[in-house]
Amino acid sequence: MIEAAQVTKTFDELVAVDDLSFDVGPGEIVGLLGANGAGKTTTMKMLLGLLAPSSGRVDIAGRAVRDVDRRVMGYVPQGLGLYSDLTVAENVAFAARAFGVSPPSLHDAGLADVADRRVGHVSLGLRRRIAFLVARCHDPSVLILDEPTSGVGPLGRARLWETIHETAQAGAAVLVSTHYMDEASECDRVVLMASGKGVMSGTVTEIVERFTTVAVTADITDSELRRLQDAGGTVLMGHQGWRVVGLDVKTVSSLLGSTSAVVDTPSSFEEAFVALST
Amino acid sequence: MTWGVERVTVAFGPTTALDEVSVDLDRGQIAVVVGGDGAGKTTLCRTLVGLEQPVSGEVSRPSRTCFQPETSGVWTDLTVLENLRFVAGGYGLGDDHARSRIEELLEVTGLGAAANRLGRQLSGGMRQKLGVAMAVLSEPDLLVLDEPTTGLDPVSRLEIWSFINRSAREGRAVLISTTYVDEAERGDMVVALDDGRVLASGSVESIVDSMPGRLFTADEKTGASSWHRGHAWRVWSPNGDDVPDAMETAPDLADVVTVAAIYREKVGA
Repeated sequence: MIEAAQVTKTFDELVAVDDLSFDVGPGEIVGLLGANGAGKTTTMKMLLGLLAPSSGRVDIAGRAVRDVDRRVMGYVPQGLGLYSDLTVAENVAFAARAFGVSPPSLHDAGLADVADRRVGHVSLGLRRRIAFLVARCHDPSVLILDEPTSGVGPLGRARLWETIHETAQAGAAVLVSTHYMDEASECDRVVLMASGKGVMSGTVTEIVERFTTVAVTADITDSELRRLQDAGGTVLMGHQGWRVVGLDVKTVSSLLGSTSAVVDTPSSFEEAFVALST
Repeated sequence: MTWGVERVTVAFGPTTALDEVSVDLDRGQIAVVVGGDGAGKTTLCRTLVGLEQPVSGEVSRPSRTCFQPETSGVWTDLTVLENLRFVAGGYGLGDDHARSRIEELLEVTGLGAAANRLGRQLSGGMRQKLGVAMAVLSEPDLLVLDEPTTGLDPVSRLEIWSFINRSAREGRAVLISTTYVDEAERGDMVVALDDGRVLASGSVESIVDSMPGRLFTADEKTGASSWHRGHAWRVWSPNGDDVPDAMETAPDLADVVTVAAIYREKVGA
């Protein structure tokens, strides 16, 4: 349903997206991950038809984005895109009218109690639910979500993800941008971006399994720290000692002149991310 | 307990923002306050540092306490170096001491290359790192950080946590707030807040051990005490009865905090 083929986007000298290819099939949830500046937002803007690629192709439901009927797509931006001076019911009615469909039931969405309250006066958790309802009111076959649950507590987050899974089960292709492990684990697959390129894709487990991080239990002096950094390692202080990302256990042992306090351990998701991003 | 808040209640007009909340803080320990927007995290930070007055309860903090607000506290029209120098001047650090301290902080935060960049030209991650560096500059005994990692990518997040761990190791007490439960697992002590009240508190292990009933994983949603997690459903059995077609699962912190929220929703307490 979503297909990006060898997409490049340049702004003058800057290559924001560099030969990126990926797809999202019907019923699939794919996470788009990357450090700030990796090119996620530019990619999403191209999928939404807000930016044209410099080269390559972006297709939605088998057609070039510029020719796509907007009713195919649902979008929840990071800022949610609701009108805070309108009531909850008015926001939903406005979106339904714009898409030419009848407004969805606020009762079914558990929003009946707040129907007449201004959106600016309801909690963030509720605002997120309203934005989801608005984005899905026209039954889109592609749903694009930018950081969909940021600022929501664990139960609220679980409930929003139920909605996302329901939408995918009904056949929609869902693309989600996120920074968080727990959220990435909800996706069927993730695509990792660094410096505009797609550097890896797969399930979170598959990606994390490919990396190890060297744990150092002894203290690291400033000169040792510099040596590790000069060799290309990222040295971080974890909760239980030092963690060295990007170097193997042998290199770290020889640079520190010690083998007893140096062990290979499974990487966390963030550490795998650092290894891929640097 | 060395410092902290004890059964603190804070109200804004008719709204109770914090309801009998307690947090213990000790040297070398990291306490993480976790909750969604509106849970009371910022009010708790502000009360601890003395910016809000509680209706009841006790607050204790060392005289050398530093606070980084959610907005990072960075002056956008000053450069990175000017921000740090300004703070050093405010604390009356001598020239030599200030210079070596600033040099050290620029090195550990990796902000050295951006030393002459204006605050407003920094990325979100760099700005938050500068904010934390400004907060630890005067070597406080207690460091209070309000959502320093919100909106940051995993790389910046890990760097900030590395810096926080280092501060704790130097003997400071640290309180950090976050909306993300996976970050809370890195603390020595966790306080989960919801609507101004404590959902759970203690070490991660003690919170996980304290969950009443049993937890299962199933392929389908099973009743109201069930929620989506990863590619399956979690089912909480409050009285410990078996759940048909489900496998018993060891809960983690996120599970237990979710269970506590479901319980509160059910009993309406």
